[in-house]
Amino acid sequence: MIEGALTFGFGALGLALVMNLWRLFKGPGVADRILALDTMVINVIGIIVLTGIAQNSGTSFEAALLLAMVGFVGTVAYAKFLLRGDIIE
Amino acid sequence: MTAASAAEWIVSALIVIGAGLALVGSWGLVRLPSLMERLHGPTKASTLGLGAILIGSAAWFHLVRGVWTSHELLVSVFLFMTAPISANMIAKVHLHRLRAREASEPAGPAGAPAVPPGGADWATHEAPHEGTPGDFVGD
Repeated sequence: MIEGALTFGFGALGLALVMNLWRLFKGPGVADRILALDTMVINVIGIIVLTGIAQNSGTSFEAALLLAMVGFVGTVAYAKFLLRGDIIE
Repeated sequence: MTAASAAEWIVSALIVIGAGLALVGSWGLVRLPSLMERLHGPTKASTLGLGAILIGSAAWFHLVRGVWTSHELLVSVFLFMTAPISANMIAKVHLHRLRAREASEPAGPAGAPAVPPGGADWATHEAPHEGTPGDFVGD
């Protein structure tokens, strides 16, 4: 039961990552690429959480939490750089 | 049906729903024509899908393994707080680049974004002009 759901989850999230990669390469604008990277971070967090369930270990949640923080800071840094030409003024 | 198998059913359903919603969000990122529409897919469907996956994970560790962890709650609270902010920043970048003629987008039903008053720019954080709400001259 749970194995089938996990297999479906890994497959769906992997397919979602491939779609995000397509948008990352295709563009057409810089904002599209930032959005694709942000979505990739969200999907990778999902994969990490599913890995934690599959391996029955609670140690992967620190990685998920760190990736959530770093992904948000990275997105805001990209956006601030494009808006202002500087990240920390 | 024992309690463990009922918990497995719930967790499996949550994982399938969450992964399906994340897939729908990424498909929207590929499928939709302009950036303002593409923003909807990942910021709503993917965040909701990740919320379902995190609830499923919390239920799995609580119901099946009998341990209570707050990490899932932390991750979901953090994501739900930051997803609108990053979407807003990306939309600001898009508006700024449209106005600077560095990007173009297909004509949508909403048309071009309205020009802000006083020759200002919606996107950048320049000082408010005199006469616009929030200028510090007349306050």
